[in-house]
Amino acid sequence: MSLDAAMPRATAPAILPGSGGMRGALSDLFWRRPQLLLFLMLAPPVLWLGIVYIGSLFALLAQSFFSIDEFSGLINHEFTLKTYGDLFQAANLDIILRTMTMAALVTLASAIIAFPIAYYAARYARGRWKALFYLGVMLPLWSSYLVKIYAWKLILAKEGILTWLLAKLHLLWVLDGWLSLPVVGGNSLSVSATGTFIVFVYVWLPFMILPVQAALERVPGNLVEASSDLGASPGQTFRNVLFPLALPGIVAGSIFTFSLTLGDYIIPQIIGTSRLFIGQAVYSQQGTAGNIPLAAAFTVVPIIIMGFYLWGAKRMGAFDAL
Amino acid sequence: MRSDGSQSAPLGLKIAAACGLLFLHLPILLIFVYAFTTEEKSFVWPPPGLTTQWFAVTWNRPDVWQALSLSVRVAAISTAIALILGTLCAAAVSRTKFFGRETISLLVILPIALPGIITGIALRSAFSLADIPFSFWTIVLGHATFCVVVVYNNAVARFRRTSGSMIEASMDLGADGFQTFRHVVLPNIATALLAGGMLAFALSFDEVIVTTFTAGQQQTVPIWMLEELIRPRQRPVTNVVAMVVVLVTLLPILFAYYLTRDGDQIAGSGK
Repeated sequence: MSLDAAMPRATAPAILPGSGGMRGALSDLFWRRPQLLLFLMLAPPVLWLGIVYIGSLFALLAQSFFSIDEFSGLINHEFTLKTYGDLFQAANLDIILRTMTMAALVTLASAIIAFPIAYYAARYARGRWKALFYLGVMLPLWSSYLVKIYAWKLILAKEGILTWLLAKLHLLWVLDGWLSLPVVGGNSLSVSATGTFIVFVYVWLPFMILPVQAALERVPGNLVEASSDLGASPGQTFRNVLFPLALPGIVAGSIFTFSLTLGDYIIPQIIGTSRLFIGQAVYSQQGTAGNIPLAAAFTVVPIIIMGFYLWGAKRMGAFDAL
Repeated sequence: MRSDGSQSAPLGLKIAAACGLLFLHLPILLIFVYAFTTEEKSFVWPPPGLTTQWFAVTWNRPDVWQALSLSVRVAAISTAIALILGTLCAAAVSRTKFFGRETISLLVILPIALPGIITGIALRSAFSLADIPFSFWTIVLGHATFCVVVVYNNAVARFRRTSGSMIEASMDLGADGFQTFRHVVLPNIATALLAGGMLAFALSFDEVIVTTFTAGQQQTVPIWMLEELIRPRQRPVTNVVAMVVVLVTLLPILFAYYLTRDGDQIAGSGK
């Protein structure tokens, strides 16, 4: 790229003179052998990703077949399936099931909230409003992840703005009633599963809006009009025309919401109960417990789930909506 | 929805869309209010009073400056690496069809398609197997890997819009491959690269999940914030840093948007 940075350009005539020497020869070589150029262009990124990323993934996978010596706490570098046996204990299955339920609920809620925004932006917003909608989704998407979580810590705290707002509206009994429920409730929203859920939805929502909007942009407006001309109610139009056409977008978005929820360990740690999610289990196994093999085996779970998910999404044509 | 009124949205849709956008934005705006609160111990609302003293306190905190400096250095180097690798990969994928092309795109996207914790722990276990101690470069290694995709997405979109006939015309007029790259290809993709670079910078600047596994004892700004969230020391300082982080990430995003706003594919949709 920097090879010809020194080229004079202001004085360059319309037809540049052919260059001789090494550079000319090299250029000719690339012209005659495009395969060589392609190879040279691909080599650095493929080597980087192949060694750093795929290599690391294999290192991780290899670790999951090691085991930890229960007495010395040292890692035993011999092939064994014992770690996977440990993975399928009731407590761990519980963690996996809890995480998947949360991921599914978060995905569903994101899709429901995302649809009106995406539909409005795709069909009705024009000109300046379109730009505004775009930035309106893009800015929260790119705002700092931790700051967003922190903002919700402020909102959901017992002395925070939500409690204040509900008190003003004389609706505190709703909150108290909800918090007294088992599983979803807790001392305050910031230490309840409901809080975790809200924050997950908030943080991943833009990832759902964008692909749904991309899918809806491709639906011609006259299709919706034709449907209503043929006597369909708005509800019927939505069920039979819009929804099926938006589905690849929703599936594409759900790849993100599902995968991100599966792997997150920071949100449930800061806002939520002491019940663990997969990400937290991985983190504590590799950190405080020092059991890297079990942590590695745990990460294989989301990889397999996402593998199936991506396979299904590909069959539904979701990748075209990415 | 009659065809004569098709330019105006139903009221229900308008309300739902507006509520959705408010849901996305109000929490971030709240951060700005809390940066000025006089309350030190709790998150009480409404703030009992407003003050700017915490800005001065934050300014004099060396740990904040150290974290900021590390974050900026990591983000700059990772962005540079991602720019080179992402552009090369995008050029190769968009100019030729070859066996395994789909695999290459998948390879580039994988680091962000898989949950961050997997990337993180994979790198960590690779470092531990290879006996690599944690350093500045272990952080960069992780960040550059997932920043490639942002540059790649922007560059691929631009390459698709740049017609191949321009390159052929340049060659027909006697330019060699390097001249064509310098005078034809580069000016065409420059803004896309700049936008991709900014987004990569913002992504790296904000990354926390992978970084917790590759940083060891070093603190980037997000790691500093995470520590404060788990074990709060001085809440008002955290509020101020949060506000500054929002502003710092906002500018590159707006600028990247401005650079690519005329395209069919706009920067940032592929975080």
